[in-house]
Amino acid sequence: MPRFLSATPNAQLFPLPWGTPLAEWPEDHLVALPRGISRHIVRFIKVGDDVLAAKEVNEALALHEYRVLHDLMRLHTPAVEPVGVISARHGHAGLPLDPILLTKHLEFALPYRSLFTPGVRNETVSRLLDAMVVLLARLHLSGLMWGDVSLSNILFRRDAGEFAAYLVDAETAELHDQLSNGQRQHDLSIARVNIFGDFCDLGAGGMLDESLDPLTLVDTIECRYNELWHELTGIEEFSGSELHRIEHRVRRLNALGFDIAELDIDASADGQTIRIQPKVVDAGHHSRRLLRLTGLDTEENQARRLLNDLDTYVVRCNLQGLDEAVAAHRWLTDCFEPVVNQIPPELMGKRDPAQVYHELLDYRWYQSQREERDVPLLEAAQGYMRDVLVNLPDEATIALAPVARAQLNPYDPSLGFADDPGAELLPPVIDPWETDDDEIDLAAASRLDIDALRAKASGQSSGGFARGSPF
Amino acid sequence: MATVSYRDAVRIYPGSDHPAVDHLNLEIGDGEFMVLVGPSGCGKSTSLRMLAGLEEINSGSVWIGDRDVTDLPPKDRDIAMVFQNYALYPHMTVADNMGFALKMQGVPKDERARRVQDAATLLGLTDLLARKPKNLSGGQRQRVAMGRAIVRSPQVFLMDEPLSNLDAKLRVQTRTQIAALQSRLGVTTVYVTHDQVEAMTMGHRVAVMKDGILQQVDSPLTLYDRPANLFVAGFIGSPAMNLIKSKIVDGGVKVTGYTIPIDRSILAKASSDTVTIGIRPESFEISDGEGIGLKIAVVEETGADSYLYGVLAETADQSTISDEPQIVARVTTRTPPGREQLVRLRVDPAVVHVFDTKTGKRLS
Repeated sequence: MPRFLSATPNAQLFPLPWGTPLAEWPEDHLVALPRGISRHIVRFIKVGDDVLAAKEVNEALALHEYRVLHDLMRLHTPAVEPVGVISARHGHAGLPLDPILLTKHLEFALPYRSLFTPGVRNETVSRLLDAMVVLLARLHLSGLMWGDVSLSNILFRRDAGEFAAYLVDAETAELHDQLSNGQRQHDLSIARVNIFGDFCDLGAGGMLDESLDPLTLVDTIECRYNELWHELTGIEEFSGSELHRIEHRVRRLNALGFDIAELDIDASADGQTIRIQPKVVDAGHHSRRLLRLTGLDTEENQARRLLNDLDTYVVRCNLQGLDEAVAAHRWLTDCFEPVVNQIPPELMGKRDPAQVYHELLDYRWYQSQREERDVPLLEAAQGYMRDVLVNLPDEATIALAPVARAQLNPYDPSLGFADDPGAELLPPVIDPWETDDDEIDLAAASRLDIDALRAKASGQSSGGFARGSPF
Repeated sequence: MATVSYRDAVRIYPGSDHPAVDHLNLEIGDGEFMVLVGPSGCGKSTSLRMLAGLEEINSGSVWIGDRDVTDLPPKDRDIAMVFQNYALYPHMTVADNMGFALKMQGVPKDERARRVQDAATLLGLTDLLARKPKNLSGGQRQRVAMGRAIVRSPQVFLMDEPLSNLDAKLRVQTRTQIAALQSRLGVTTVYVTHDQVEAMTMGHRVAVMKDGILQQVDSPLTLYDRPANLFVAGFIGSPAMNLIKSKIVDGGVKVTGYTIPIDRSILAKASSDTVTIGIRPESFEISDGEGIGLKIAVVEETGADSYLYGVLAETADQSTISDEPQIVARVTTRTPPGREQLVRLRVDPAVVHVFDTKTGKRLS
C-alpha cells in the first residue's frame, strides 16, 4: 500500500496505478502536454477534473522538492503548487519503485518551446527575458538558491502585455535566510550556461528564430538581472537637501512591481549625507492592492492594468470622495464581472479572465479610435469575443506539438522528434566503460570491502596519488 | 591544476551561535582526490561551498594554488561544480552537449573540437560524439555530463553528493568511473558525501568531519587502521567497529571475564579507570578455549565468511559495563555457530584500538 503525503489529501488519488512505473502508465490516465527536458520520468496525469504533473524521483529528492515548493508557496513566490508525494510504491514481484512527486499543472502556462519559434517578435522575446529576470530576482529576494535555472524549469503565463514566469522544478533548490553574493552569482552563472544550452538546443531543433543569438540573449538576462538587483537592493547616497529621492526610490520600485517593507536610512552626523538601502522588498505591489480591493488574484501587470481601469472608472463616475474599497467593489460589479460573465463556456479555456479583460481594454481602445467614439465596455466585449477570443488557441492546457513535427513519444517530449536522424536504429558501438548491470553486486558494493582496499593500496606505487585506469 | 588550502576557515551562519565550520585547516595536494565525509550537519557541504565561493568566510582564508580566493566571486575561481545539472539537450549531438559552454565562453571552434575530442577519448565516448542523447545509456549520459566539466579544464573539480539522485546500480557504476577518471586526469578534486563506503573507495585521502570540526584527515587505510578518536572509529567501517567500554585491570582490560592484554604504557594515559576498546569485526576469531563471550542473535553467511551478530555474554564478575550495543564478528569457518549459541572470540591484542572513554581520543 503506497503512502500518501499531502497537505490537501484528495481521495481521487488512491485508485491510480501507483504499482506501475510511471513510464508504463496506461494512456487513459495521461494528458499529452508539452514540458521541458528532465532527468526524470515526468508525465501529466488526470485526477478528476484536475491535471497534475507527476515526477518519479528518489525519496530524498521528492520530499526535499515537496518541502521547498511548500515554503515557496508560503512565501508567495511564483512556483508550481505541490500536491503530494506518493512513496512506499511496489511494482511487480514486490520490487520497490521510486516515489512520485505531484504538483498542480499551471493553467494557462505557455511552454518555452512554443515561445521562441521562428517569427517571434523582438518585443515578445524581450518580455520573456524580463519575466525570467524578475522571477530569478524574486526567488533570490526570498532566499532561494535555485541551483538549476533553465528554460525547461520555467513556465510562462500571459500577464497583460507582459509575461510572468514560474519556477517549475525545485529539485536542487535551497532556501536560506538570505543569499550571499556568491550564491546569487553562482545561480546566475548556472542560468547563463543552462539557458544558453536551451537556446542552442532550440536552434538545433529548428525551433529558434534565426534572428535570435543565444549569447546575446543570455548576456541580456545577466545584464538586466544585475540592473534590477541593484535597483531592488542597492545603496543610494545623496545630500540632505534631496530627501525627495527617498520617495523617488519607493516609486521606482513600485513601478517595477515591488513594495519596500523595510528601508534602511542612515544620516551622517552632520545631516549632510543621507544613505538609503531597501532591506526587505516584496514583489506584487499591484497584485496585492488589487487583491485587497477586489479579491481578484491576478498576475502583476494584469493587476496594474485593471487598477488603471479602476482609477479611470472612479474619475469617470465621479467617485473620488468614496472609500477606495467601496469604489473598487462598484467597478468589480459594474465592469469586470459583467465582462467575465459574457464569456461563453466554450471560450473559457482561451485566456484567464484578467487577461481577457486586459485584451478587451486594448480592443476597445482601438475600436474607439477607429470609430471616433467612446465604445461602451459591454459592446466592445461582444466584439472582442466574436472577432478575437474565438480565434485564439486554447491556453488553459496547451495541446502538444507547438511546431508541426511529430514527436517520437507524445508523452515524453525529451525523446525528440520522429524525424530526427538520431531516431534511426544505430549500430552498436564498443564502449569499454559500459558494464553489464547484472555484474554489479549491490550488496557487496554497499559494504566497505577493506580487503579489496588493502589489495588496491598495496598494488599502487608508493608516494603520490594513484594514477592509471582500472579499465 | 592546483593545491587547495583552508587556513583557519570559519563559517558562522547568521543567527547561529555555533560555527557550521570551525577553524578548518586542510591542505589538499595538487591532483589529489579529497573526500569530505561526515553525518548530516557536520559542515562538509559548507566547507565545499566556501571553496566554491557560495558561502562567505567569516574568518580565515581559502587558497587555490598561490591565490587567496577568499573574496573572489565563484566565476573567477577556476573551479567546476560537476553534475549540478546533467540534463542533456535532445536536439544537440553528444559533442555539442559537451562543448556548448565553451562556445559561450568564446573558445575558438578548433580549440573546442580538440577539447571535446580529448574528453571523449578519455570517457570512451568517441564513437558516440555524433549521436543524440536519446541513443545513450544512463551511464553514457553521466559521462557526457562529466565531459561538460572536463572540457572546461578547471583547476579544481568540486562534487557535492553527485550520486545522490542516481539509482543504486548507476551509483556504483558512476562511483568507479569518477574515481578512474580523476585518476587519469589528475585534476585536484574535492568530493562531498555522507556515505563512508563512497568516501573510502574513492578518495586518496578522506577528511572526516563532525559538528563543523575536522576530526581526522588521512588515507582510507590509515583512517581504518588508526582512527584518531571514537567518532572516526565508529563512523568508518561497515559493519562498524565494535566499541566496548572496559575496566582496566592488571595486564590489560577485562571483557566478559576475559582479559585482553594491553600494554601498560597505553592504559596509563587513560583519564579514568575505564577505557573504550575498539575491535573491527574481522579481527575476531572463534576460540576453542578462552575469549570474549558472545551470545549470538543472528548469523549471516556471505560466501566464505559468516557475520555473527549478538551481545556480550555477561559473567558473574560484571567486568563489562553492560550498556554495549550489538557486537558484530566476521569469522571464517566452515561450520558457523547457530542462534542463541554462546561462542568465545579471540582477538590479536595488536589490532585492538584503545580510546579514552572521557575524551574519546586514541590512546594506542
